[in-house]
Amino acid sequence: MRTVRIGAGSGFSGDRIEPAVELAEHGGLRYLVFECLAERTIALAQLARRRDPEAGFDPLLAARMRAVLPACRRQGIRIVTNMGAANPLAAARRVAEVARGLGLHGLRIAAITGDDVTDRLRGTETALDEGGTVAALGNRLVSANAYIGAGSIAEALEAGAEVVVTGRVADPALFLGPLIREFGWAVDDWTRLGRGTVVGHLLECAGQVTGGYFADPGVKDVPDLARLGFPLAEVGEDGNALVTKVAGSGGRVTPATCKEQLLYEVHDPARYLQPDVVADFSGVKVEAAGEDAVRVTGGDGTPRTGSLKVSVGCHEGWFGEGQISYAGPGAVARGRLALDLVRERLGLIGHEAEEMRFDLIGMDSILGPGEGAPEPREVRVRVVGRCTSPEEAERIGHEVDSLYLNGPASGGGVTKAVREVIGIRSCLIPEDDVRPSLAWVEA
Amino acid sequence: MLLRDLAHSRAGDKGDISCISVIARDAADYPLLLREVTAERVRAHFAGIVRGEVRRYELPGIGALNFVLEGALGGGVTRSLALDAHGKCLASKMLEFDLGG
Repeated sequence: MRTVRIGAGSGFSGDRIEPAVELAEHGGLRYLVFECLAERTIALAQLARRRDPEAGFDPLLAARMRAVLPACRRQGIRIVTNMGAANPLAAARRVAEVARGLGLHGLRIAAITGDDVTDRLRGTETALDEGGTVAALGNRLVSANAYIGAGSIAEALEAGAEVVVTGRVADPALFLGPLIREFGWAVDDWTRLGRGTVVGHLLECAGQVTGGYFADPGVKDVPDLARLGFPLAEVGEDGNALVTKVAGSGGRVTPATCKEQLLYEVHDPARYLQPDVVADFSGVKVEAAGEDAVRVTGGDGTPRTGSLKVSVGCHEGWFGEGQISYAGPGAVARGRLALDLVRERLGLIGHEAEEMRFDLIGMDSILGPGEGAPEPREVRVRVVGRCTSPEEAERIGHEVDSLYLNGPASGGGVTKAVREVIGIRSCLIPEDDVRPSLAWVEA
Repeated sequence: MLLRDLAHSRAGDKGDISCISVIARDAADYPLLLREVTAERVRAHFAGIVRGEVRRYELPGIGALNFVLEGALGGGVTRSLALDAHGKCLASKMLEFDLGG
């Protein structure tokens, strides 16, 4: 059976670059995929693009391309990435610039646009999953981007693209696109589209399937995390796959690492909603197939819903935060006193917030109140609130800062922060209302 | 015995929903997990953190359970005031689940 090797060069926008180079040089790949777009990233990118029409794509785009393009060109490896964020066309031009700088003339780059549905949805009564409507967001609306499918990626590759740059695309579709193009899977071959989605889902977080985000010393050990290798899959025409990594790289690929990633961010495993298919992970089997190799079979799928998920970014005000530490005997009591004091002070000065939170890091900031838990040697007070203006948000840090001279004994290490909050909500849009299109740039 | 002795776990987020897997290290322990780690008990285990419904999905083929906890992320990752807004650490909280014995 014919197979194709596809690798994951990143799992988020800040990911390491060397493992992608390692994959490009030694992975024997036909495709290298870079997934770099978190929920909120695209809304922030939209804001950047409004300030500068040539901005709004991933800040590491040029660095990543500079690192992998020579090996990819030499070996004919095609690149697919959502690093275009809010501006795929400008990103494609940037890739062309990088290619020219490397002497890689004639490189063909396709930009996929059409995921931006902000203007289409603005002011409409489209219901948000969290309640309310898009219209009710008014001028708080920042962006609306539909998660588009694999079709236009496959099309761009078929037309000869060596690099495909997209904006918001369903993450697994970045992998499904190349597989559709390679094997000619039909748009209603739900089983194969489902299996391709399994592959995409396993690879889209890169190191998270090769032993990253897995280590628990003494319980789940992972060798050589500092040189963690990124994954590749050898995918068959039937959509079943072997997940592995470059020999000699750090990390490990085992049934356990694959199981953790298979269920990552999944709700109902039998109905993983994607633009191209409703993937069914419920019958997936993973079996060790040698060192750092796992055979993944049994994925399936059912017809797609006909709706696309839309990620809606909106202004949600400002976070203000202050922190201070207490240590040694009585640390917890002094920390609690500090929290009470800040709470009272914020009341006295008439501070206004939409929402406030008072944590004692070391005691209850993550796991919630725990009765009878032993007291730590040091704790950190954290006061944070969401306010309607940066000035109001800043007052929170001021009150924590003032604990230096006015609060409990021996507090130290104050930090303060204010930042704008862009929240993400979601809604659905009929797939026929979204028309992806291709634009070409040549180096 | 804690769940950590028999299983491993990873947490993910979507909006205000946390999804947490519980995967048997040894497939032979899956029936025990199926019996003991119910949606109802998990909801009680996360009291004070989860505000909504808890659903459980079963994956006998890989010896795993998948839990969906609604209203567990302080109103949603992008606007939550929580230190761990994604609820990534909730997987470790899950492994603190007491299996008795």
